[in-house]
Amino acid sequence: MTNDLLKYVLRRADSELVLGHRMSEWCGHGPELEEDIALINISLDHLGQSRSLYQYAAAVDGEAKTEDHYAFQRNERDFGNFLICELPNGHYGNTIARSFFYDVHSLLFYERLVHSADKTLAAIAEKSLKEVKYHFRHSAEWVIRLGDGTEESHAKMQEAIDEIWTYTGELLTDDELDIEMNKQGIGVLNSSLKDAWYNKVEAVLNEATLKIPEGAYFQTGGKSGIHTEHLGYLLAEMQYLPRQHPEATW
Amino acid sequence: MTQLGQKESEIFELLKAVKDPEVPVLDITDLGVLRKVEVIDQEVLVTITPTYSGCPAMEMIEQEIVACLNQHGYPKVKVNLVLSPAWTTDWMSEEGKVKLKAYGIAPPEKATEDKSALFPEQKKVGCPQCNSKNTELVSQFGSTACKALYKCLDCQEPFDYFKCL
Ligand SMILES: [Zn+2]
Repeated sequence: MTNDLLKYVLRRADSELVLGHRMSEWCGHGPELEEDIALINISLDHLGQSRSLYQYAAAVDGEAKTEDHYAFQRNERDFGNFLICELPNGHYGNTIARSFFYDVHSLLFYERLVHSADKTLAAIAEKSLKEVKYHFRHSAEWVIRLGDGTEESHAKMQEAIDEIWTYTGELLTDDELDIEMNKQGIGVLNSSLKDAWYNKVEAVLNEATLKIPEGAYFQTGGKSGIHTEHLGYLLAEMQYLPRQHPEATW
Repeated sequence: MTQLGQKESEIFELLKAVKDPEVPVLDITDLGVLRKVEVIDQEVLVTITPTYSGCPAMEMIEQEIVACLNQHGYPKVKVNLVLSPAWTTDWMSEEGKVKLKAYGIAPPEKATEDKSALFPEQKKVGCPQCNSKNTELVSQFGSTACKALYKCLDCQEPFDYFKCL
């Protein structure tokens, strides 16, 4: 039971951390100053959310581990993040499409997690939800701006949506752990978010004059630690310093 | 805030010396970040809540609370961080809003939630320089997560808006 909860909390924390790290790679490279700042602010929210979750994981774990242990001392196969979070930034349309699909999921997920029987998770959800509303507004507005923009931006945005679509399946399906956590009143069934997710995504894509992809083949594996080749590189960069200099402090 | 004992009230007053490092015109009571002060035996237990999950100012605020109280004769201080109920800009004091505006940052409008359609409607934000409501949003995210960037269409000045949460 404790073990299930730990795994469940870590998985969500991993998604927030990995996406937050990806977005931080834009620092100093944003397409314009305001966007550079916006992305880093959102990245910081994701990191903050992951910290709250890792701190809770440490408390559940009870083995004197710290939040840093989970972020910096675990290997690829131990990470349970959604695959979509680890995808490379690509061009701005890719970054926006990735965030957009994830943000819609987060919005719906945290809206329900607020009612979790686990009081700490409910509190983290309550806090995160307020932030995610701003994230969704940011990513959705950019989907619309680029989709309903020039011929070139439209084509690139559609391509990004189609490409990243294959990584959205995981956001809307459950594995044994999701089902078990939901049975205990702690977790949320991703499958229960499916209709609302689809409706929200469709509404934005319509507004953006983009087509909703029809592909029914989805990549999976993130939640069970089977990742794309991209995660290893991300972790290598993120974990290098704390692993090389375990005693380093600010 | 519940009724405070005399000692707790004193400590509450002392903690007005602790400022938000990112908006130094506001102290932690103006912001509503300071939630509770309890004195149990000889120990002071201070409860705070973050504005944003990733707010980098929280650690500094914690350190300053401890330093401030140590300096005023309270050697044992514990700072407790809570997430629920989640911080809202509605907790910002009226005094804080006045200070904020004088500092050149538009204070948050009331955080009532609008559930309309795809995006909730944008609030009309007044320019802190000339008070004009003829302003436009430049970016939802300003110099820190808690601020949005606006531009006044009358006096042409860009300004920060402390956005609703
Ligand atoms: Zn003005």
